[in-house]
Amino acid sequence: MADTNARAKSVTPNGKAVAFRGGGFAPKPHRWVGGLVFVVLILLAEWGTRTGWISALTLPKPSDVLVTFLQLYDSGLLFRHLGPSLSRLVVGAAIGASLGISMGVLIGLFSYIRSGLVPLVAAIFPIPKIALLPLFVIWFGIGEGSKYALIAFGTFTPTVVATYGAVDNVDRTLIRMGQSFGLSWWSIVRKIVLPGAMPGILSGLRISLAIAIILLVAAEMLGAEYGIGAYILEAGSLYDLERLFAGVVILSLLGVGVSAIIGAVERRLLTWRT
Amino acid sequence: MDIRLDSICHSYDSFEVLRDISIDIASGQIVCIVGPSGCGKSTLLRFIGGLERPTSGQVLQIGAPPADSLNPLTYVFQDFALLPWRSVAGNISLVLEDHGIRGKAATKIIKDVLSRTKLSDFAEALPKQLSGGMKQRVAIARALAVRPAVMLMDEPLSALDAQTRELLMDDLVDLWTRQPFTAVYVTHNLAEAVRLGHKVVVLSRRPGQIREIVSIDTPLGQRAFGDADLDAHQKYLWHLMRDEARAADAELLHG
Ligand SMILES: Nc1ncnc2c1ncn2[C@@H]1O[C@H](COP(=O)(O)OP(=O)(O)OP(=O)(O)O)[C@@H](O)[C@H]1O
Ligand SMILES: [Mg+2]
Repeated sequence: MADTNARAKSVTPNGKAVAFRGGGFAPKPHRWVGGLVFVVLILLAEWGTRTGWISALTLPKPSDVLVTFLQLYDSGLLFRHLGPSLSRLVVGAAIGASLGISMGVLIGLFSYIRSGLVPLVAAIFPIPKIALLPLFVIWFGIGEGSKYALIAFGTFTPTVVATYGAVDNVDRTLIRMGQSFGLSWWSIVRKIVLPGAMPGILSGLRISLAIAIILLVAAEMLGAEYGIGAYILEAGSLYDLERLFAGVVILSLLGVGVSAIIGAVERRLLTWRT
Repeated sequence: MDIRLDSICHSYDSFEVLRDISIDIASGQIVCIVGPSGCGKSTLLRFIGGLERPTSGQVLQIGAPPADSLNPLTYVFQDFALLPWRSVAGNISLVLEDHGIRGKAATKIIKDVLSRTKLSDFAEALPKQLSGGMKQRVAIARALAVRPAVMLMDEPLSALDAQTRELLMDDLVDLWTRQPFTAVYVTHNLAEAVRLGHKVVVLSRRPGQIREIVSIDTPLGQRAFGDADLDAHQKYLWHLMRDEARAADAELLHG
């Protein structure tokens, strides 16, 4: 063995090492890189606004935004705004996602429901739900109802599409296996179809919940006293860029939080994936 | 419980797959089905398992299955068909839950079948942690758990490498010698057929018809690797199949 190694080495100078062309296409998590990108961008903005390279009208100073944010926190207003927003988000998204998952599963399982509803879903998917807000106000009133409805409706369609796609992708041999062991229809759905569709449903939820946050702001722009959306709208109309950005930062944090929650759920539920 | 296939014919639309297949499968026997690619072996097995219905002819159960049999006709699939999100024990408990067997009773059955398939140490492992041979043993354990009257095996060893296949064949022979079971065993591999089959049914190319049924009388336990008698049987089977296989191959090429 040692002998062949030695020989292989001695041959190298005459031969050419085979060029490496494998690797890549396998993303690995590097947590700190994400943080670094944020830090670099913020430092760049801070430096630009301080030196006057970026005018105060184009972008507020990040440190000023931070001060505004801290004031908001100190005055207790932060939670006055965040509370209603979170409850709207949770209620609306929960309604939309659960209806969406149920309908997606039904579409995935029954051919009549599929033929009947897939075109309908395709028809309502591209409608900007914000455009329907006045309609929701008429249907559900100017209060919380219309806000829940808007967020629910917006999360519903992408969830349906992701869910029935995920159900379609469940390995059919597993379903045949279930049938061949005499499992009941309901057992097959519960123990084979739903867990098998879970990866697809969860990655669909990532998108749906981001859309829910977008719609949250839209919903709060109409007839809401408190809420992140109302806060941003007010800041915008006063051209108060610091407050506007403080609001935007809150939304971004909300998005990061939602994505982290889904990540945690995925790590818990999907340990079986290779 | 015996199984009788009574002149089964089948077409998908106008595409004839099987023609006039009649076979008797006696209790405690392993019947191997060999034939060229696409001749309808898997389709035939689906008929026996009740997953599909033939165009004409019928599959008959003769006599009642044993009273303690939970799922008389039980499959072992080529690609194992294990739920990746359940552990080895969970995969077996899956098929017991629907029969109302849980808790202590389930644990007892799971322990028993895992020890019969030499998997006792892996009860909590997930399928992704197991080698191909172990996955197929889990699938066999799961099939044994429902005490089948007839096991329907569709190329159960085809996804495995040659050495693992040898080992698993030994395991199957062991299982059978300790407690004879009835099985219909579809395979491409003639070595498997002569090693495990009491009867080997040779099908012609599509539309699949019975070319010949070869009986092998050597008891399973005495069939060793490289046995001259088995070699002779294998040569004979290959002689029967060669032209069919060649013709089937050419047919697929011409589409
Ligand atoms: N659901 C189906 N619809 C239409 N044709 C089918 C269907 N299932 C199988 N066939 C066709 O029937 C023929 C027999 O298929 P089958 O899978 O039973 O063959 P097989 O003998 O198991 O082949 P292999 O050795 O490749 O596993 C094939 O030509 C296949 O294309
Ligand atoms: Mg097949």
